[in-house]
Amino acid sequence: MTVSRIGRPRAVALLVAAGLLVSACGGAKVGESGSGAAPAASGADGKKDCGAVNIAINPWVGYEATAAVIAHVAEKDLGCSVTKKDLKEEVAWQGFATGEVDAIVENWAHDDLKKKYIDDQKVAVSAGSTGNKGVIGWYVPPWMAEKYPDITDWKNLNKYADLFKTSESGDKGQLLDGDPSFVTNDAALVKNLKLDYKVVYAGSEAALITGFRQAEKQKTPMLGYFYEPQWFLSEVKLVKIKLPEYTEGCDADAEKVACDYPLYDLDKIVSKKFADSGSPAYDLVKNFTWTNEDQNLVAKYISEDKMTAEEAAEKWVGDNPDKVKAWLPTS
Amino acid sequence: MATQATPAGGLRRLPAWPRRYLLAAVVAAWVLIWVFVQGRDTLQLGGAELTPLHVSVNEASEVIDNSRNENPFFLYFVNYIRLFLDESVTFVQALISQPSFGRPLPVVGWLGVVAVATAVALLWGNLRVALLTAIGFASFGLLGLWEESMDTLALTLAAVALSLLIGIPIGVWAGVNDRFDRLVTPLLDFMQTMPTFVYLAPLTLFFLIGPASATVATVIYAVPPAIRITAHGIREVRPATLEASTSLGATAWQSLRKVRLPLAKRTIVVGVNQTIMAALCMVTIAALIDAPGLGKTVVKALETLDVGSAFNAGLAIVVMAIVLDRVTSAAGRRVEDRHRAGRSRGPGRRRAEIGAVLAVTGVLVYLSHVYVWAAEFPSEANLGRHVRQGVDAATLWAQDNLAVYTGAFRNAVSYGLLNPFEALLTGSPWWLVGAVLVAFAAILANVRIVLVTAVCVALLVALGLWQDSMVTLASTLVATVLVMVLGVVLGVWMGRSDRVDQLVRPVLDAGQTMPPFVYLVPILGLFGATRITAIIAAVVYAAPVAVKLTADGIRGVAPSAVEAATAAGSSTWQLITKVQLPMARSALTLAASQGLIYVLAMVVVGGLVGAGALGYDVVAGFSQLQLRGKGLAAGVAIVVLGIMLERITRTAARRADAETHGAH
Repeated sequence: MTVSRIGRPRAVALLVAAGLLVSACGGAKVGESGSGAAPAASGADGKKDCGAVNIAINPWVGYEATAAVIAHVAEKDLGCSVTKKDLKEEVAWQGFATGEVDAIVENWAHDDLKKKYIDDQKVAVSAGSTGNKGVIGWYVPPWMAEKYPDITDWKNLNKYADLFKTSESGDKGQLLDGDPSFVTNDAALVKNLKLDYKVVYAGSEAALITGFRQAEKQKTPMLGYFYEPQWFLSEVKLVKIKLPEYTEGCDADAEKVACDYPLYDLDKIVSKKFADSGSPAYDLVKNFTWTNEDQNLVAKYISEDKMTAEEAAEKWVGDNPDKVKAWLPTS
Repeated sequence: MATQATPAGGLRRLPAWPRRYLLAAVVAAWVLIWVFVQGRDTLQLGGAELTPLHVSVNEASEVIDNSRNENPFFLYFVNYIRLFLDESVTFVQALISQPSFGRPLPVVGWLGVVAVATAVALLWGNLRVALLTAIGFASFGLLGLWEESMDTLALTLAAVALSLLIGIPIGVWAGVNDRFDRLVTPLLDFMQTMPTFVYLAPLTLFFLIGPASATVATVIYAVPPAIRITAHGIREVRPATLEASTSLGATAWQSLRKVRLPLAKRTIVVGVNQTIMAALCMVTIAALIDAPGLGKTVVKALETLDVGSAFNAGLAIVVMAIVLDRVTSAAGRRVEDRHRAGRSRGPGRRRAEIGAVLAVTGVLVYLSHVYVWAAEFPSEANLGRHVRQGVDAATLWAQDNLAVYTGAFRNAVSYGLLNPFEALLTGSPWWLVGAVLVAFAAILANVRIVLVTAVCVALLVALGLWQDSMVTLASTLVATVLVMVLGVVLGVWMGRSDRVDQLVRPVLDAGQTMPPFVYLVPILGLFGATRITAIIAAVVYAAPVAVKLTADGIRGVAPSAVEAATAAGSSTWQLITKVQLPMARSALTLAASQGLIYVLAMVVVGGLVGAGALGYDVVAGFSQLQLRGKGLAAGVAIVVLGIMLERITRTAARRADAETHGAH
């Protein structure tokens, strides 16, 4: 660096001159029309004023699909300015209390949070079902269901326990449990159904999906906790194990559970403030409802076709104008 | 190291060799007793079970939640801090990353940011790091992640500035005042080892969702190195120098300002450097509470297991870490050189140089403010797609072809090492393990540490998570052993050759700053959701520190000793095993103790990929309201394990150090 130093000031002067020259030549200026990112047009064609809406985005693809479609409609048809906030579930619920979240658009039960924020603190209210049905249960990769057809009945699980032994489960079969966000009764289930299995905690959805993906590809045995709607099921069609049927109240005592998980009605939760605001966006959230197939399609656009959530939502909304129309507030 | 005068206590100092036999005897006795009392008093607690302590912690946190709106502490204190933090981050974002002031683009465009960063590197560092900075910053755009990178940079700069603002004064105080130092040290340990997940959710209650919470979370993790290293630098100033200044009649304040601070400047720069690295570690975690930037890209990509995109964003984080590290290191070296050489260069030329650099930078910033081509990174120059495709292909190949071998490796390590060890730890009654730990402390350290260990064991029992703690401890120790194997092998290799050092170091930096999940997804494919996957994650993160410290130690061995051994006809192997490694013993012990702390920092990540135990407890506590108390207890248990193991190894290191020096 010592060699070039003497000449540097002169070189620098040249550079400066060159720079000024370039600027004289021009190029598009920031803020002029056609300069890339134009500010989003808001309050389109003078409809009822919508204002700002804060939607929490929980970290899974199905949720994102729902949120993206709602956000798209809110922005394009109602002229709202939507802010999406990436939050874990519990933090999102807390946002009702601090006034920073207006809506959670796919909620999986969470009775404890409902009690705290809806019943006790009265900062949130339910905005009805999303139309999606949540299924939780035990699954095996398709190759296993094909090779051992009777494996899908829980009564036969003990027969196959040896297959599922791993370094983590010792001399028992392994039941891989998943994402800590979901309540599981699996430890109690295993005990009460007298299954020769040990619950191993994978700890994240990524770990579960990677496990199932490899199990199908390498034809290795795996039994794990999973749920639908979930984008991964369109890649590998996991087969659900039949547990003793769910009946009302059979899961009342967490220690004594010996039945399947209930069918979850996924719902929307909004802040009390938002519900009372009279914003057309609230009506949209309340009216919104679609099927598992709808969500799976948008989720597939995102996960497999690698679209952004916005692109996926735009495509779906374009293809389904009738469904969208039914959600819009009648003024 | 003269400050922490170890109380000579009742324990006689034993020479090095019988200690090894004593340890072996303790282990032998442990195994023997285990055979008879196996399975008794193991204090097991199921996944969803809670102890009264956990329940009452839950209730206490509810009370704090509910009183939030009335409490003046929140109304008048926390809220203002939050406002200040939000505003500062938003301001930096407006400058470099987000559309602002009615413009569709930030105030300074990509060309301007590259120019400013390069100028800073040139003026405070040297030409080489300036070049690196220019390339590194340009690569953010080339990876197609300019805006995200600038958001991360904005947040990191705000957090680092705040950390230094708090950390350096506290560090100086801790450096001059031993009592204060003893007071803050446990607090710093707590801040560094307490898993972020434990306080992430409560944090958003205080500081709300947004940049402020993310900044605070980052500061909590990044401020301890700033304080520690500053204090270390201040304390390191030789007593002779200080005496000289005192005898010349300088007041305490004068000698601090004129002697201690200038002499400690170089060490303080190292502290800045470590603070930056720590801050970048928090990027992905902060994304879970809506912190803007690269972390979001990583989290989003992982929802669909899109390893390619996650790696792409992870790469940008690594590049940012390397650039910031090299620039601060170069600045540190420059401070040192100038300190040694005095001001040799003519001030005139320096001034001309500065003027020229500033002029060019000014022009480029102006261009990037006005013209679109210099403001918005050209999207045609996006190489991110190729990175993504390459990584995806490599991942697929590895998962399809290596799974058989990795499965065999996993089973060998699990059945051969991990399972027996875990059985020993979890199968022993708690009092037996406690007694063994205390015995270890007695043999390796001193009376004070024996007390600390006993208290830690009691705490683990009281927290109600004894068995989970033992499972975690087993994995932690196995991981630490692997870390040290890597540390010694790579460290010796690097310490003996500068070329190797230059090649390996960026890889080590990547291991420390690449968000773990980016490499964990392929590893999950290879090893499954198992404890081994968690151990590998810990080794990837912790080995770099151990390698770097070992390499430093090897390089620090007096050249005269090496020459003497070579002249006496030692082979390379002999030279390494008989001279270099023994003489670097204190560095090795330090490497082990730091490696261990870093392994513990990954316990929670391990919980996400199949390690279960304490890591899973913390994660579940973050996700489910009724488990919050248990999660907090698990977090504390991790801290307790960390403090106990760190105190034992550090004191052992100091003893080893004293003995090596005493022998000469």
